[in-house]
Amino acid sequence: MKENRVVAPYLIWMTIFIVLPIILVIFFGVTIRTESGLQLSLDNFKRFFEPIYLMVLWRSIRLALISTVICLILGYPMAMILASNGLKMKNTLVLLFIIPMWMNFLLRTYAWMTLLERGGIINTILNFLKLPSLNILYTEQAVILGMVYNFLPFMVLPIYSVLIKIDKSLLEAAEDLGADSITVFRKVTFPLSISGVISGITMVFMPAVTTFVISRLLGGGQFTLIGNLIEQQFLFVGDWSFGSAISIVMMILILVSMGFMSKYEKENEGAGLW
Amino acid sequence: MTKVFKTTLALLLVASIILAMTGCSEGKPTLKVYNWGDYIDESVLVEFEEEYGIRVIYDTYATNEDMYIKIKAGGSDYDVAFPSDYMIERMIKEDLLHEIDFNNIPNFKYISEEFKNLDYDSSNNYSVPYMWGTVGIIYNTTMVDDTVDSWDILWNEKYANQILMLDSQRDSIGITLKKLGYSLNTRDVNELEAVKDELIKQKPLVLAYVGDDVKDKMISEEAAMAVVWSGDAVYMKWQNPNLEYAIPKEGSNLWFDAMVIPKTSKNKENAELFINFMTSTDIAFKNTDYIGYSTPHVEARKLLDDELINDKTAYPSSEDLANCEVFKDLSDFLTEYDRVWTEVKAR
Repeated sequence: MKENRVVAPYLIWMTIFIVLPIILVIFFGVTIRTESGLQLSLDNFKRFFEPIYLMVLWRSIRLALISTVICLILGYPMAMILASNGLKMKNTLVLLFIIPMWMNFLLRTYAWMTLLERGGIINTILNFLKLPSLNILYTEQAVILGMVYNFLPFMVLPIYSVLIKIDKSLLEAAEDLGADSITVFRKVTFPLSISGVISGITMVFMPAVTTFVISRLLGGGQFTLIGNLIEQQFLFVGDWSFGSAISIVMMILILVSMGFMSKYEKENEGAGLW
Repeated sequence: MTKVFKTTLALLLVASIILAMTGCSEGKPTLKVYNWGDYIDESVLVEFEEEYGIRVIYDTYATNEDMYIKIKAGGSDYDVAFPSDYMIERMIKEDLLHEIDFNNIPNFKYISEEFKNLDYDSSNNYSVPYMWGTVGIIYNTTMVDDTVDSWDILWNEKYANQILMLDSQRDSIGITLKKLGYSLNTRDVNELEAVKDELIKQKPLVLAYVGDDVKDKMISEEAAMAVVWSGDAVYMKWQNPNLEYAIPKEGSNLWFDAMVIPKTSKNKENAELFINFMTSTDIAFKNTDYIGYSTPHVEARKLLDDELINDKTAYPSSEDLANCEVFKDLSDFLTEYDRVWTEVKAR
């Protein structure tokens, strides 16, 4: 009974701000506005499965996957460096890594715009060094760069927090038994850190696949992602039904990939995100 | 860092100081103003606050559709908004606007007769004109050596990745309709399909679809040409003398923005007070002088620099406007425009 009283405010909060909105989204998703009022229909979903929108979905997934892979390749060694024992400035490094996250991510993305412009800072330096200019603002690469830059910490930190917890005696034991450093990494370190890797992948992939700000600012409105499509339906077109239908498809997609991830994680007995 | 960026920063600072100062004066009546971004000399808001003791809450939007959906969806309580012609027509039709009591707007007499009783508000009950202008191409004379007199240049492969388009569906679809020789108020699906194909064909050449940032981009010479509103063109030409503006010969969009009182307003009289204030000669002059758009205010126009009065960008001749059309509300047919634009952007 006591427990219920403590839980009640959270339940009310969750009902108002999570359950009700989801019901509304589902409601809008399965109805269309006709002259005789709202009508139950699956037209919105049918419309989403037209090739042009499937292409948007595919583009979102593809860009998010590429960003996630790059984050993993860059992030894992970074996490290892941070977690390694011999490092004197470890705390300073971790701090330096986190400091940019204190700044609003929108501002940091705007900053990339001024860096990447034709007459921007990067090109000014390149030209000064007599090197050819780089025109990557408003291209797909710029969008990926923005995603990797913004979400990299979400890859590094979970891996880092798993790596520092690994019992060093295990590594020593492996070495004593004659494993070289590559084998130690392959057979001991990496398998033990898999839960961190999975959390990292989830935490990078989710925001990357749903982002709309990065693709708009750095992609110049040319690379419509699923997030842009939803935003456009709600804010500019006013077709809430279609927007809701896309959101539902998106939610299902995320739920499926989360289920897949957590299943994989359980098999590996990790101490991950959830 | 461009000048524009610096001024914006300065403005933001001023605005935040103002907000901080007025923040403590609780109990004061407030007025919520919803305007286009970069569309006012913000110092006049302070003047209004000082003169009438009314706190102004100032928000901005980037497109008419943006504003419309926010007001239509409910939950907002704006007292004054600045929609364009076709949007005013739509809002009147959908009963989203209060009738204005013109007894409270004595300054309305300063508005030139040619801007009263226009089609979108034929008996002029709902709106007080604020600015007007055209849509055209701004281009950098050092980067473009062809004559710019047709929309076709936006499809010229020579300028691939140097073209900026407006991220605004009526405008982008409208100019393409004009390029193809159709009316920009078409209700013909086949014509719209043709427009869609044209815009998709153009997409690889486009550097970006932008909003207000087009000004910074053109001034800092990031692109060779852009589709812009005439008033912004005036401002850009001030900042970068290499820029020139042209209204293509196929015709373009002639537009009017006016002040209206949405039904969301809770204090209509204060809104009228504000509209009247904005229509007084010195305030109308200040705004026009600051943003560079074309004013319908007779007295304010007289006060402008000769250079601006004679600038064909801001005050085009009637020949320039010969093929221009005003947007009309398309009611239900608008969903076709929505679909076409969504498909172009998704491509």
